[in-house]
Amino acid sequence: MMTWETVIGLEVHVELATKTKMFCGCSAAFGGAPNTHCCPVCMGLPGSLPVINGEAVRLAIRAALVLGCRITENTRFDRKNYFYPDLPKAYQISQLYSPLGRDGALVIDLGEAGKKTVRIHEIHMEEDAGKLIHAADRPETYADFNRCGVPLIEIVSEPDFRTAEEVSAYLMRLCDMFRYADISDCKMQEGSLRADVNISVRPMGEDCLGTRTELKNLNSFKAIERAIAYESARQIRVIEQGGVVEQETRRWDDVAGVSLGMRSKENAQDYRYFPEPDLPPLRISAETVEELRASLPEFAHERVERFGREYGISAYDAGVLCAARSFADLFEATVRTGADAKSCANWMLGPVRKRLNDVGASEASIRLSPAAFAALIERVAEKRINRAAAITLLEELLLSEQGMGADIDALIAERGLAQISDGGAVAQAVEDVFARNPAAIADYRAGKKRAEGFLIGQTMKAMGGRADPAAVKTAVGEALRRLLEDK
Amino acid sequence: MSVKYMTALALSRAIRERELSVYEALCELQRGIERTEGKLHAYLALDPARAAKDAAAVQTRMDRGGVASPLAGVPIAVKDNICTDHLKTTCASRMLAGFLPPYRATVIDKLCENDLIIHGKLNMDEFAMGSTTETSCFGSTCNPWNTQHVPGGSSGGAAAAVAAGSALCALGSDTGGSIRQPASHCGVTGFKPTYGTVSRYGLVAYASSLEQIGPIARDVADCAALMDAIRGRDARDSTSVVSENTPYLSALGEDIRGVRIGIPREALAGDISPDVSSCILNMARELEKMGAIVKECNFPLMKHAVAAYYVIATAEAASNLSRYDGIKYGYRAAGDLPLCELYARSRSEGFGDEVKRRIMLGNFVLSAGYYDAYYRRALRAKAEITACFAALWGELDMLLMPTAPTTAPALGVSLGDTLGMYSSDRYTVPANLAGLPALTLPCGFGSDGMPVGAQLIGAAHSDARILAVGYAYQQRTDHHTAYPKEVRA
Repeated sequence: MMTWETVIGLEVHVELATKTKMFCGCSAAFGGAPNTHCCPVCMGLPGSLPVINGEAVRLAIRAALVLGCRITENTRFDRKNYFYPDLPKAYQISQLYSPLGRDGALVIDLGEAGKKTVRIHEIHMEEDAGKLIHAADRPETYADFNRCGVPLIEIVSEPDFRTAEEVSAYLMRLCDMFRYADISDCKMQEGSLRADVNISVRPMGEDCLGTRTELKNLNSFKAIERAIAYESARQIRVIEQGGVVEQETRRWDDVAGVSLGMRSKENAQDYRYFPEPDLPPLRISAETVEELRASLPEFAHERVERFGREYGISAYDAGVLCAARSFADLFEATVRTGADAKSCANWMLGPVRKRLNDVGASEASIRLSPAAFAALIERVAEKRINRAAAITLLEELLLSEQGMGADIDALIAERGLAQISDGGAVAQAVEDVFARNPAAIADYRAGKKRAEGFLIGQTMKAMGGRADPAAVKTAVGEALRRLLEDK
Repeated sequence: MSVKYMTALALSRAIRERELSVYEALCELQRGIERTEGKLHAYLALDPARAAKDAAAVQTRMDRGGVASPLAGVPIAVKDNICTDHLKTTCASRMLAGFLPPYRATVIDKLCENDLIIHGKLNMDEFAMGSTTETSCFGSTCNPWNTQHVPGGSSGGAAAAVAAGSALCALGSDTGGSIRQPASHCGVTGFKPTYGTVSRYGLVAYASSLEQIGPIARDVADCAALMDAIRGRDARDSTSVVSENTPYLSALGEDIRGVRIGIPREALAGDISPDVSSCILNMARELEKMGAIVKECNFPLMKHAVAAYYVIATAEAASNLSRYDGIKYGYRAAGDLPLCELYARSRSEGFGDEVKRRIMLGNFVLSAGYYDAYYRRALRAKAEITACFAALWGELDMLLMPTAPTTAPALGVSLGDTLGMYSSDRYTVPANLAGLPALTLPCGFGSDGMPVGAQLIGAAHSDARILAVGYAYQQRTDHHTAYPKEVRA
């Protein structure tokens, strides 16, 4: 039986995180009531003209630099002509003849399988199309042009992937880096990241590429993995049964789990590209490129390694800390303010992470200042406040504007949260609790050790939660032991 | 005081000196339009009520003082491919027959800032594609000098109205001669500025890389004043550029002695009416008498200009006109049709033959397998023609040549001879390909009694200079003050 190799190339579209559209001043925000982010320019009304969004170009250059591309000094736009009701000008302003960036590479991490370099053929700028909404109950289609003209980059890789895992690792690395550099939010479910997959198969060891098909409508990582598995199996089956794979575009049906032919090579569109006459060539100076290169942040995977080296944090924990840039920034700023790195990491991965999950907030909505956070961690370490009280305070300050300039010591004093470490006060409280709970004492004497926990809880409660839990535990334990000895 | 044959500058001066009011001027103009339109058919839309309101507002501002524009109070009409938000903008096409833009062109803003009153929209060839105004879906405009003849095109309505006195001045657009050729055929003055001098925002695109909006008026001074009103870098048009600060109007009256003017040998050779060449040579002699240095020169690439022009213009047109698909606005074929059929039927029924011909030509030259043979070669020819001009500017300041090889042809002749019509654009398209300023002004009459226009073409951004030479010529001659007898406002 012959073994087959799957060869995959990706065309990834990413919406840039600009406030306004690529060629007009309309909002580029996702959603909105249909046709409310529109103007004569993005609606392609007669006589309207495009004007390049400089911020979009800067973000696109940053993206090209992230992917290690050579930046084209004199880049320009071309028109891609085709009719479709979501494309009001009947052409998309794109780049064919001189794309923004060429010859890049992205190193992906495949875990135990090591690292792999994926070559980037080119990256170019273009504008998104609108959306068609088909009525479910009648033969009507509605057009929403809010997305029309939103800035996009298309990243075309070389056919360097061999497995779905490699594709996933590439897309995840791409998303991580673009989010870190504020290039795009890369939300697949909102369509701000979309991938088309070019796939072919060949006998293992063969150098020539097989005939490829292009898969469209892949709306999740899961769908991409399933589609690759399905399509490579389909192509192998076709060949093994003596057939020929046809070069065509296929649509992935995620519900049925199959790919279906959309259009063959013979019916491929002729886009009649030509230089966009409404936009002069765009000159990108070496200074601009260097300035943008310098503005790129340290990326998540680089930071994870450094956190291991500098702070001795495990790769897993560092991965969680660095998933969002602002989260890792808070960690480092807090440590820089003087907090212990290990306990800071524990606080972030424990109570902070839990609070964000509980209220469904993003890392970016954290308002607590590093100084206040560091103070809170230190006060717990110094036993000036107990952990439970500190968590209550953290939850209160984490997402509120108050957290930005909070004076932790003042709050501890104001709320009377200072931990009571006076041994006499604890002993007195234990005595009172024992006196009030003869039943529990009796239980304990009868061998029910659970009663000890109850008594500890009651003592903490009696002290308003401010006692050092360890001291209370010791005091209750000793008192019980004394009772037994007395017997 | 009669408004009819006043220049725009003279009318504005008269209003300022209180010889008549803005409203009186407007009313007299509108009476002239009523008298001429039956024969001329220069206008596609008029809005007397709105114009009267605008006139009153301008009058109030002028009465208060402080209105600086030398054209304040002047009524102006614009070609129907320039977007106005109070008058429909149809491009003389069934496709846009009911289209009222929700915005207006930058030049309209500028006219208003200069206190001109936009009182009507002018007939044209459909989507500016044609040289006779006969491709208008609303019917042809006639030449006021002889109503059996075409006014030229595509800005034929503008040229005919200014010639007949039913417009004081107008804005047209020039993609391959569409201002200059009708101005020449109607005996008026027209100017195509250096590419980028005037914003194209709101000009319904035919061939974006070639076209400019420009004035058609009674004389060079009015053209210069209108240019000062409408030019300037516009943030909404990325191809617009900063032009010189000094008003073009103030350059008029400059000494033209020593100006070096070349006449390309190729321009007066071949298929050209002897009436036209003798008018051009007479003008050359006149300019010499005024102190200019006139000499012959060579422009061998001129013979490739028409081919290059029609490849580039139709390619851009095919793309620019694809947006008219019957979906969002404009003409839609009747019935519940499947998508592709809706496109095909709407476009087949909405566009006229000449527009469809150019869309098909344009799509052909851009298609896979033909792009290199046609479009890429045409771009190369464009670059070489531009270089050819640039080489001439070493020893010359401007070129003098005919605007058209003949006087205005009779109605109906050109439509049956598409190639002949295209080739009659040979004197005008070089300036579009190279983006150069070009002025057309009357320089005599043919034996058929029809006007002949001469063209001055200068280096990029020498707009003021060629206007100054044209102005000096008009100070010495009276061709531009002749009026048609047959149709008069």
